[in-house]
Amino acid sequence: MSAISSELSAELPPEGGPAEPDLPAGTGPYRLAWRRLRRNRVSMFFGLVFLLIVILCLLAPVYAQDIAHMGPNAGSPTTQITIGGKTEFVTNSVGVPIGPTWNFSKYFLGADSLGRNEAVRLLYGGRSSLEIGVVAMLITMVLGTVLGLLAGFYRGVTDGLISRVSDVIWSFPVVILGIALATVINVQGLGPLHSTTLMTTAVVIGFVYIPYVVRPVRAQVLGLREREFVDAARQQGLSGPRIMFSELLPNLSSTLVVFVPLILANAILLEAGLSYLGAGVQPPNASWGTMLEQGLQLFPGGFSTVLVPGVMLVLTVMSVNIFGDGLRDALDPRSKVAR
Amino acid sequence: MARFVIRRLITMVLMLIVISFVTFLLFIVALPGGNPAALIAGRLATPAEVHLISVRYGFDKPIWVQYVRTMANLFDGSAYSYQEGFNVMGAITRGAPATLSLSIGAGVFWLLSSIGLGTLAAVRSGRYTDRVLTVLSMVGVSMPPFLLGAVLIYYVSYKAGVLPINGYISFTVSPWQWFRHLIGPWITLSVLFIGFYSRVLRGSILDAQGEDYVRTARAKGLSERRVLVRHILRMSLLPIISLWGLDIAQVIGGGAILTESVWGLHGIGQLAFNAIGAFDTVTLLAIVLLTAICVVVMSALVDILYAVLDPRIRLG
Amino acid sequence: MSEPLLQIEDLAVRFRTDEGAVRAVDGVSLSVERGEVVAVVGESGSGKSVTGMTLMGLTRGPNAEISGSARLDGRELLTMSNRELRAVRGNDIAMVFQDPMSSLNPVYRVGDQIVEQIRTHQQLSRQQAMARAVELMERVGVPRAAERLRSYPHEFSGGMRQRVMIAMALSCSPKLLIADEPTTALDVTIQAQILEELRQLRSETNAGIILVTHDLAVVADIADRVVVMYSGRVVEQGTLDELFYDPQHPYTWGLLGSITRVDSDRSARLPAIDGMPPSLLAPPPGCHFQPRCPHAFERCGEVPELSPRTPDSPGHLDRCWLEVERKRTLRLVDGQIGLAAPVRA
Repeated sequence: MSAISSELSAELPPEGGPAEPDLPAGTGPYRLAWRRLRRNRVSMFFGLVFLLIVILCLLAPVYAQDIAHMGPNAGSPTTQITIGGKTEFVTNSVGVPIGPTWNFSKYFLGADSLGRNEAVRLLYGGRSSLEIGVVAMLITMVLGTVLGLLAGFYRGVTDGLISRVSDVIWSFPVVILGIALATVINVQGLGPLHSTTLMTTAVVIGFVYIPYVVRPVRAQVLGLREREFVDAARQQGLSGPRIMFSELLPNLSSTLVVFVPLILANAILLEAGLSYLGAGVQPPNASWGTMLEQGLQLFPGGFSTVLVPGVMLVLTVMSVNIFGDGLRDALDPRSKVAR
Repeated sequence: MARFVIRRLITMVLMLIVISFVTFLLFIVALPGGNPAALIAGRLATPAEVHLISVRYGFDKPIWVQYVRTMANLFDGSAYSYQEGFNVMGAITRGAPATLSLSIGAGVFWLLSSIGLGTLAAVRSGRYTDRVLTVLSMVGVSMPPFLLGAVLIYYVSYKAGVLPINGYISFTVSPWQWFRHLIGPWITLSVLFIGFYSRVLRGSILDAQGEDYVRTARAKGLSERRVLVRHILRMSLLPIISLWGLDIAQVIGGGAILTESVWGLHGIGQLAFNAIGAFDTVTLLAIVLLTAICVVVMSALVDILYAVLDPRIRLG
Repeated sequence: MSEPLLQIEDLAVRFRTDEGAVRAVDGVSLSVERGEVVAVVGESGSGKSVTGMTLMGLTRGPNAEISGSARLDGRELLTMSNRELRAVRGNDIAMVFQDPMSSLNPVYRVGDQIVEQIRTHQQLSRQQAMARAVELMERVGVPRAAERLRSYPHEFSGGMRQRVMIAMALSCSPKLLIADEPTTALDVTIQAQILEELRQLRSETNAGIILVTHDLAVVADIADRVVVMYSGRVVEQGTLDELFYDPQHPYTWGLLGSITRVDSDRSARLPAIDGMPPSLLAPPPGCHFQPRCPHAFERCGEVPELSPRTPDSPGHLDRCWLEVERKRTLRLVDGQIGLAAPVRA
């Protein structure tokens, strides 16, 4: 019997879960992820909710002109409206604004303390909040990815510098960092940035989240750069930047895709926090954060001016988060870890 | 083990020196307001007066001399705010009780709640309880603290009158009032962390469920409870404990500003906020140092805890 | 005739997944006598490990559907309550897993891990349990056992860890030991030592052993009887000699043919079975091996029963429609047992 030796499994496929059924050959990982994502109804639903919110906010001028007949900064405390034959001021004698009228053309969601149309401002504010969120997310993603790639690929001094600086930034609370940066820029200006542009807030938020992308990207690049395909690229004489962007970057894409909704959600939240503290979007620009801040100044009166932007903000951020959660599960079905 | 701790402590001190020097450079010399002497002298001062103040405060000395002197002042409590004139150490010690009460209380609350909820979600994975908890945690991580605080104050404090509206009462004045005044802030600060931590813990428990050694533990005939507590939780808690270390440090160093602001607690966060608004660099430097010390100390503690919990780190 | 130690009848295990039901085990019947070593052979995904884990209740879960019967000493394992099952696990049935590197908990001393199992099932003090652990470690050949019990798993080599796993499995004197690829992750020399431990164990304790493996060399070394599994089904079972010298199922031929022999022509490519194992989500109708079998004919569209088909040996069962005499000629490839190359159109 001893003539029989060694094992026979060399040609057998590796152990693993059941193969995906009846897929055509060459179905790429993103097609597979998309199939899995589509099957996750909750995620898809909230993805659509987010899309709807974006579309509504983009249609803000249409609503303002054709339905509400007033712009985001129009109206005053002494503006009068007639509902059900009764005419009243949009704010009462102690300055508390009226609540929702549920009448699409007349202060649908009530007024704010200055008598402006809350519904119109909500849509315009949403445009600002989303714009800031998206721009901040793009800044974070691009700079975070580039710095993470550089640190992981070149290691040594480059890595030491990038990693230590991002460690230090990462150690401080994002809100405090954000306030500090925004205050300096608002007072002193920085190139094209100054207190009246939304981009100041976007740049500040984009900056403080950079380390949250640099760290995981760097860690993954450190692993990838030891792999054979990178060796092969080096043997072919490809330059460092070429290897980073055409060999390593595609391999990072699923990680990066997962970060997009995560950073977007947090950027929108941070905008609200900074604006609440007066370090974000500056009046008279509307954003959900500034609307919340103005609503809270009336406290405890006119609580609808807090609830209206608040509900919208939470709904938006939650939609992004739930969609992002589903996206992560779809891209990496095995990983159940949140981050 | 002792060597591990000593090595960790030395790195810690070095880190602190570097961070404090960098922030000193950024805040005192390079960043806002330019020459501190001009700030002290005020807008109407002549160049000669500014120069005089420069010499008196030592702003003409080399940077490292200024650094050592400022650090010494901070540590012996004789540093004063250039703008406001108050003693910086005094301001910090006045703000510290509120912030420490808030952050430590909330820290314990959010850690324990997320361990409970995260474990529950993992054990009931895929079932009704898990789905409800997932939705709740998603709401939690999507809720800005000041909004949650405002909603609590409006409905629970103002409408129902169950909790005080705002303010901080010292523990030494009345432990009960101290507790009552902190319930709202604790919840406000914790919800976001609970949402996030419980998701992380659920994930790491589910990952650990698939480990070979967990299968071995089940095959030994241990009860599910024992498998969970002894074989799964011990390793699964590591990621959230290291998150906790950094978050607590940040919250002490002013990160709870939104909660402090909405609940009217005059803590470190408020102090930092005011200092930024006034370009009060010395106070800011002190707060940055406080945060850095907390971060470095907490991460050292987390590292040591890791080593205690996982023998491979200790010996390897 | 008394009932065997373990009697499995028509065991089926299905897992519900997003893509559909996975039939991991699809009607397995086998028995193990006391003191007998039964080898379960097959490639990855054939259901051999799932069968072993199901006996221990390790596959139970909201997405698992388990049917059939598995009796240990006459007690039904599949319908047992979780509480009863825990008393059986580690006590009456013990299991040694494939990868000793990851099967021990890295954060506890090995002694504590053995003691934990002993004290779960027996009323012993910590000291008594520790003494028993020392004894077990010595028995499986760990030198300086008392001292090494205080070590952590990462301080052991793979072979030593597998000995610890075996010591742990033996700690409550199980009636049945399920060894799931116990030597796969180990060097060949260590493999031989571990097999020797199993052999000794069998003769000393009269325990039944199920050895799950894909390594026919191990089978030849230690097994009394062999069960060949393919795609969730038993395709052939018989004594070691029957299986090696008179294999009835083409899949078994393929397995035997793909073994390297000392006397084989080294320039020739090692023959492998053509094609891939079928998807467990949508297995082919009839004989599961039919799509890869060069000898398939119309009848293979029906599922062949697992039954004795050789006239002279009633214990030798298989699932193949071919005539016995025809098989004996078809299975010869270049004078040796093997699976003929597929006929290509």
